[in-house]
Parts: sequence; C-alpha cells; structure tokens
Amino acid sequence: MTALLAQASAFGSVTLYHYLFVSAALFALGVIGFLSRRNLIIMFLCTELMFQGAGLALIAFGRHWMNPTGQVFVIFVLTIAAAEAALALGLVVYLYRRKSTLDAQAWAELAG
Amino acid sequence: MSDPTTMLLAASAGAPDSSVAWLLQVPLLPLLACLLCGLFRAWGVTSKLPGYTTVLLLAVAFVVTLSGYLSFGGHGAQVVHGFDWLRVSWGDGPGETLSAGFSLYIDSLTWLWMLFVTGLATLIALYSTEYMAEDQKTGGYARYFSFFSLFVFMMSCLVMSDNLLLLYLGWEGVGLCSYLLIGYHYTKPSAVAAAKKAFIVNRVGDLGLALGLMLTFVHFGTLEYREIFARLAEIQAVVEAGGSAPWQVELIPLLLMVGAFGKSAQLPLYVWLPDAMEGPTPVSALIHAATMVTAGVYLVARFLPMFALSPAALGTVAWVGAGTALLAATIGMAQYDIKRVMAYSTVSQLGYMFLGLGVLTATGAAYHVFTHAFFKATLFLACGAVMHGFAGQLDLRRLSGLAKVPGWRVTAVAMLVGCLCLAGFVGTSGFFSKDMILAEAFVTPGPGYRLLGWIGLATAGLTAYYAFRVYFRVFHGPVEFHAGEEHHGDDGHDDHGHGFHPHAPGWAINLVLIALVIGSLAAAAPYFIDKEHHGWVGGLVHSSTAGEIVRASAGHGEAAAHAGEAAAAEHGGFFGDPHRWMFLASSVVGAIGILLAWVIHMTGRVSADRAPIADALKARLRPWSTLAEKKWLVDELYDALIRRPLRLLAHILALIDQALVDGLVDGVGFAPRLFGKSLRPSQNGLLQNYAVGMGGGLVFILLVVWALS
Repeated sequence: MTALLAQASAFGSVTLYHYLFVSAALFALGVIGFLSRRNLIIMFLCTELMFQGAGLALIAFGRHWMNPTGQVFVIFVLTIAAAEAALALGLVVYLYRRKSTLDAQAWAELAG
Repeated sequence: MSDPTTMLLAASAGAPDSSVAWLLQVPLLPLLACLLCGLFRAWGVTSKLPGYTTVLLLAVAFVVTLSGYLSFGGHGAQVVHGFDWLRVSWGDGPGETLSAGFSLYIDSLTWLWMLFVTGLATLIALYSTEYMAEDQKTGGYARYFSFFSLFVFMMSCLVMSDNLLLLYLGWEGVGLCSYLLIGYHYTKPSAVAAAKKAFIVNRVGDLGLALGLMLTFVHFGTLEYREIFARLAEIQAVVEAGGSAPWQVELIPLLLMVGAFGKSAQLPLYVWLPDAMEGPTPVSALIHAATMVTAGVYLVARFLPMFALSPAALGTVAWVGAGTALLAATIGMAQYDIKRVMAYSTVSQLGYMFLGLGVLTATGAAYHVFTHAFFKATLFLACGAVMHGFAGQLDLRRLSGLAKVPGWRVTAVAMLVGCLCLAGFVGTSGFFSKDMILAEAFVTPGPGYRLLGWIGLATAGLTAYYAFRVYFRVFHGPVEFHAGEEHHGDDGHDDHGHGFHPHAPGWAINLVLIALVIGSLAAAAPYFIDKEHHGWVGGLVHSSTAGEIVRASAGHGEAAAHAGEAAAAEHGGFFGDPHRWMFLASSVVGAIGILLAWVIHMTGRVSADRAPIADALKARLRPWSTLAEKKWLVDELYDALIRRPLRLLAHILALIDQALVDGLVDGVGFAPRLFGKSLRPSQNGLLQNYAVGMGGGLVFILLVVWALS
C-alpha cells in the first residue's frame, strides 16, 4: 500500500492507483458496514457504498485505457441503482410496517 | 353300445359318447344348484325357494346316479369324457404332457360312493330347509344352500374324477366348503376359529396328497387312473414273480395316506373334526356322513392296489386307524356335549374304516362307510332336532326323558336306531360292517394285526357304552329340560324361563329322520345279498379297482381269509370261521357296553344332571376321567408343541424383519436426512451471516486465483 502511495507522489499527480485505492476503500467500508450493522436502511446504504466503489474503479480503468465503455457502464449502473433504490426503500418501508422494527434479525425466520 | 370295452375305447379316444354323457349330470346338477342359490342370494330371495331348489336338483342327481347304476353298474369301469380341463405340454416324449380332463371314471366303487353321497345329501338338504328356516330373512338361507350344493359338487368331482388332478380339485373344494359351512355363523368367534382350524389342519394333510400327486406324475408320467392302474398291474406281476416294487411305488401310498388322514380325521390330524360342529348341525351331518370325511377312505380304497404294494403304508394305515378308534372312543365316553360325542364317534368309526383298509378288507371298510353314512346322519340329525327344539341345548346333563315329551317320539326312535347301529347291536347294519373289519384284522397276517383286532373289539364295547350313555341320559329318566342360550326369534316361545316350550320338529325333519331310520336299518340288508362276496357292497368292491388287485395278491387280506374259511369249513369248526367267531364276540361286547350304560346312568337317577353311579365312578376314576373329558389335552399339546413354537418363530422373524430389513431401508433414507441436518445451521436466516459467507467465498476465490498465478 505504501509502495502505491509512494509511486503516486513520485509522479506528483493523481494516478490510477489513487482512484483504485479510494474505490477499494469505499468497497471495504461498504462491506464492513453491511456486515456490522443490522439496521436495514444502513445496510442498504452500505450496499450503495459498495456499488459506488465498484463504479469508481470502472471509471478509473475506463479513463486509464481511454475506453468510454467503463463510463457508459457506470451510467447504466447508476440508473439501475436509482430504480433499485426506490424499490429497496419501498421494501424497507413495507418490512418496517410489518414488524415495527428495522432490525434485519427480525426476519430470521427463514432459517433452514 | 352296451359293451363296456367299446365305450371305454370311445371315451379314451376323447369323443364324447352320447350314451354315457348324461352321467355328467351327476356332478353338474349340484353345481347348477350352487349357482342358482348364489343368484337367489344376490336377488335377495327370502322364501324357501333356495332350499327347495337344492333339494330338487340333488334329488334329480340321485335319480340320475341310481339309473346310471342300474344301467351300467355291472359293466366294469367307464370313462365319461367331459372336456379337456388342463393340458400342458413341454415335449413329445412320455411324461412330458400334463393333461387332466373333466372326465369321470365310473366303476362300482364310484357308484357305491355316489349313491350315498347324493342320496344322503338330498335328505340332509330337505332337513335343512326346515332347520335353517330362521335365517331366511337375513339371506343366510340362500348362502347356506349355495355352499351346501357346492360341497356336493366338489365331493362328486373328488369321487368321480378319472385323474388325480380333478380329485385334487374336489379334495381342496370340500376343504373350502367345510371352511365356509363350519364358519357359517361368521360373527361367532368360536365358529370362525373352528373353520380356520378345519382348513389349516386339512392343509397339512393336503400337502401330503399334493406331494403324492407330484411323485405319481414324475414316476408314472400320467395322472389318469386307467394308465396308473395298468402300470400297477405290471408292477404287481413283477412283485409276484419275486421282484421288488420301485421305491416310488412304496412312497406314494405313504404320501397319499397323509392326505387321507387329514381329510378323514385320523391321528394325528383328527383335531379339526370335533370342532367342526360349530357349523349348523345338518352341515355336521353332511361332513360326517356323506361328504368330506369319507374322502380319505375313498382315496385309500381307490389306490388300494398301490397300498397293497407298500407294506409300510398298509401297516401304518391299520395301526393309525385302530389307534384313532380307541383314542376317540375314550374321549367320546367323557364328553357332555351330545354333538361332540357324535363327532368323536365319527373319528372312532373312521378309525375302524382305516383299520379295515390296512388289513386289506376294502369290502369291510367300504361297507362300514356305507352303513356309517346312514346311521351317523341319523344320529346327527336327531341331535340337530334336539338342538333346534331346545334353543341350542346340547348338554346331556341338562336334558332328560325326552322320549316322553309329546312330539319327540320320532327323534327318540331315530336316536335309538342310530345308537344301536353305532353300538353294533346284533342284527343292525353297524354290526355286520364292523364285524367284517374286526374279523379280517384277526386273520390277516401283518405287524401286530391280531392286537389291532383286540383293540378294535375293545373299542366296540366303549362305543356301545358312550352311544347309549347319550341315549339313556337324554331320552330316558325323569322328564326335565333346560333351554339353551340360542334365541330363535320365531313364533312366540321367546321366554327362556318358566314359559319355555320346546318346539317339536316339523314335517321335514321328521320325514328325513324316518327315511334315515329306514335307511340305517335297511343298510344291513345288502349284507345278505350276494353272499359270495360278503354282500352287495363286497360285490361292488370286488368288481372295482380295489377288488382286482386284492384278489391277485395272494397271501394277503381277504384271499388269506377265504383260505382260512375254507380250511375251517373242512374241519367243520364253528369257531374256525373268523366271521362267525367275531359275530359272537362283538354281540357280547356290544351288549355289555349297552348294559353298562344302563346300569351306570339309569340306576337311581333323580334328575337330568344327577346319575349317582356315573358321578361316583367319575370321582373314583380321577384323574383319568378328567383327562378324557379334556380330550387327553391333545389340543393343548398341539398348542404347546406346534402353535406356540410357530408363533415364537413368527415373532422372531418379525423382529428380524423390523431390525434388519427395516433398519437397512430406514438407514438408506436416513443418510440424506443426516446430511441435510448437518448443513442446516448454516442457513440461520441472518442476512449478515449470508453476507459473510459470500465475502468469505469471494476472498477464498481471490486467494486461490492469486496462489495459482
């Protein structure tokens, strides 16, 4: 990790590695959040965070290779994420109405 | 067409001969009656129509038999071909085709049997029309007569068959019908148990017959009587020339004998017959007199030529017969149920018949079958009349002096005549037939046959005693009777207390009893016809398959007896003739038995259940009297030696089945369940848990990829 940072500073500018680092950090934060929190909304936000981490990596690679596919792909992802967010939040509202709690554990009755 | 050989040839060629084909009516009429009664049952007929139909058709069958006998009786063996029943072929060589036709082999032995089977069945059916009248509304009436006719059909198949397979069909058929009729009151557990007992004990014997049948086919390559007897005659000639019979010919009679012992209730398979009286009384009469039990005697008599070649089988038959006669007589002496006494007397008399066959006097055995059929039917139907009139009462301690009750005279006379015949009283039919067997037992050379003669003579005394014990107890002494427990819900006398009126037998029962009394007495007459062959029956036996071979086997049986007679006649000694000697001995023994019964049961008798001498004697003879009353614990012995071990074996096998077989099958089913159970905790329904799984999996794949690259 330090080697990567050293390389970036050596070039004196923001390189692909910086983007990838931020992307990985975003994704890791999302994963940690998703695993550690039981609030459905927070968990949902964490999945969005992972999304953005992945999206950032795509854009960075697209820029690096001068290929627009990555950016186009991210635009698609964002669109779908928006729709999905509407759907997911609706579901969360519905689940909240059923059990008056946002705790994911409340829905553990599907245990095998 | 009167020439018997022409007919025989025509029949053997398979062409239905119209001049004898009408004899097929004898078995087919009862079958028709069976089917008609079955239809009446289905249509819900509640009148006496099924009964009268059966009586009519059986009477026609009897008339056909009689006219058949009158037309062809003296013509030797006839074969009437009905149709090919079974034909299986697996090659062209000899013994590679199993064929059996629905064909009748009719010789004088068949005539004798069919005459009393159809004749007595008709009378018993007529009796049943009145006896079974209470079951008209429930539909049991039609069912009863349907089974009854089927019984007669099966018996005629058995007796008239020209091959062993059709005989086997009849053999199993009478077993089935006895099961159906003994279990007629199928809601009564004891009747169901008795029916099952009869069927299962018979199966044991049937196994022997089946094995004998198979061995016969394997050895002779055919099941048809004519061919078997032809081959037997060849073997007979070889034996007479000093050769020896093949081992199969010695073994087959032993196997057939087992079947005969089962069907004819001999040791050790006699236990079913006394219980068989759980059925309606006319059924007992039918089983004991006309059908079923005489089948075993018929089988041995029919195959006597083969038995004559197997000294071991003959000896066994004689010994078992005498042993059964004695054992059953001792049991009969101590029973209180009059029907049960009669049942044991049948077992005992059948023992005599087998003794007769064992000492090669087919004449004596067949004649005893003939006379026994009449007097045993008389006795059973008289017992049935008592049972019917006194609401099922059969205990001789609860009935007394019935001869003095108005309306019971015919029954009393019938009982008296039946008992006289059974006891072998001088001049009655039973006297002549029994003496014929006993005399032959004394003169025939064989292993201990002389001893068997003495056993038979002693048994004759016991028989006289127990027969008249019943007669004196039930029909003489102070008038006293108690109703039984069976409720006959007909015309009014439903009160079993003080108001009980026995209902005396009606016209049908009395008519049949009178006919049978005449028959029982007249059965003595054939003895005086055809003196040369010891009577009419002897003539019939001599012209049948049983007679020819016996005549041919010198040094055996009747041939020897005749030689003895001739020698006696030369010396002019009265006691030299075994038959005259036996007449005297058995008259004395029989009279002593009757006298003893009178002294023991009539002296100082004050009420139905109190006969001072009998009671004192019974107390004095303890424990023997108790043992005899409990039938020598034979049923208990069988229970301990056969039923319980079998049940134990069944339990063990059930355990093995449950533990091993079921365990294996369950184990196969259990493995996937165990696998699923071990995986189940991973699916605990927690979202985070799944996410960890996903993340962990991702990391794992990444690590693998990294490690590989």
